[in-house]
Amino acid sequence: MKAAGATAAVTGVRDRLKSWQAHHRRVFFFTISELLQNPLASLMSWLVIGIALALPMILYVMLSNVSMVSGEWGGKPRVNLYLAQDLNTPVARALATEISQEPGVEAVVFISSEAALKDFQRRSGFGDVLSTLDRNPLPHVIEVVPQGADAVLLQQMMARWEVRSEVERVSVDFAWLERLFALLSFAERLVLALALVLATGVMLVLGNTIRLAIESRRQEIVIIKLVGGTDAFVRRPFLYLGFWYGFGGAVIALLLVQASLLFLAGPVETLAQSYRDDFALTGLGLAGNLLLLAGGSLLGMIGALLSVSRHLREIEPT
Amino acid sequence: MIRFDSVSKRYEGGVDALSRVSFELDSSEMAFLTGHSGAGKSTLMKLIMLMERASQGQVFVNGTNLNRVSRGQVPHIRRGVGVVFQNHQLLFDRNVYDNVALPLSIAGFSPREVGRRVRAALTKVGLADKEKKFPVALSGGEQQRVGIARAVVNKPPVLLADEPTGNLDPELSREVMNLFDQFNQVGVTVLIATHDLELVRAMGRRELILRRGQLVSGDEA
Repeated sequence: MKAAGATAAVTGVRDRLKSWQAHHRRVFFFTISELLQNPLASLMSWLVIGIALALPMILYVMLSNVSMVSGEWGGKPRVNLYLAQDLNTPVARALATEISQEPGVEAVVFISSEAALKDFQRRSGFGDVLSTLDRNPLPHVIEVVPQGADAVLLQQMMARWEVRSEVERVSVDFAWLERLFALLSFAERLVLALALVLATGVMLVLGNTIRLAIESRRQEIVIIKLVGGTDAFVRRPFLYLGFWYGFGGAVIALLLVQASLLFLAGPVETLAQSYRDDFALTGLGLAGNLLLLAGGSLLGMIGALLSVSRHLREIEPT
Repeated sequence: MIRFDSVSKRYEGGVDALSRVSFELDSSEMAFLTGHSGAGKSTLMKLIMLMERASQGQVFVNGTNLNRVSRGQVPHIRRGVGVVFQNHQLLFDRNVYDNVALPLSIAGFSPREVGRRVRAALTKVGLADKEKKFPVALSGGEQQRVGIARAVVNKPPVLLADEPTGNLDPELSREVMNLFDQFNQVGVTVLIATHDLELVRAMGRRELILRRGQLVSGDEA
């Protein structure tokens, strides 16, 4: 070497890290400002993504509301033991405690005849009529939640309780519960499948949008590669673009979910309250909303990554 | 700094662009690469820039055997080779400053260092007052000098120029050549492909002459 003047530019690790962060920051803001410069075109992409994300989300919200109502039964049948009419309360309570300690029993709820009557008066609207009765027509009830839903075990337990003198009648209603839960898990699967299909659709739409963006920047990519830009450097703006598309789409989806909740809340609550008075339609919640935003952004980045890794290699300086 | 060891390049379809080319350019040497169009000048330059790979033989740049460079290492090799393109290859949606700063931001310089070096490079090519202008607002000669500033801004040990005076009048051409000469003075290895034989003679430097892919003159320093 003759002269020391021409040394390849050497940079320190700290400088590089700083510059790397600076580039990320710059690209982060540059990509969104670029999208906002073309508001109409960007909005179209956001709407497509938003609707695709919102559809399964709305179904999911509805489903989780239904599950919440039915969740009262916890997916397990409940056995009601109607006790003999003349049994006094302490004895009935003792029986409830005894049953709660039996194997195969998860929980026991004791409903005294007085409590049942009060509840019935309040709910049924027959309050006045009931108060004319001279004695409580309702028996004590023990509500048993078995540990499992095993039909054979359940039959055995029920047979055991049925022979006791304190117990007037044992009743269990499985069939409709089973049907309900089967229906719910079917609906859950359906929503999941729909979500997967639509998420794939979102990625494909994004991939195509990113491909167009890559195509329009072909010359720039060539130049960057010529002056020593790495694949990561070239890829970065497109990944952020994907991020913004996904994020914007998720924001639209979030608004759509909220809007549909508002739209449906009135009729749904009126309907639900005829069964239960404390029902309110619940949305995604804070965690759910954040998850939606994160998921949308991630989908966007994955879509961009797939598209970029496919198309970037094709663009080489010639 | 640049060494070709009986390098051949055959393109798909059987066209021999280069056959058994050998030469060596010492560090801080300056040479011209001449020959008719189709003689293999572009191919030779592309091999140094890793835009093409040799079919046979070995190319060394800055001490690295380019045959052994993986795809992922290509960018790092390219950072050691400044290139001035015939068609300038500027980004038209960025101003002069950002164009020149590109290799530095890619290489990871701090913004302050980028500013310092970009201004130094622009001063060197006489465009210090044009940093906010966009390439469309510049003349052909000025665009060429922006390209030169970008090629030297990260102080690469090797500088390539492909027909740098192709579209310039004689006076501008001489100015550009003087710039290359100055870079060479501070230790940069310079290789200029050109068909401006008059200029080559005027500069009085080593001349590598290609004819139908073969080096017919200049292989001995």
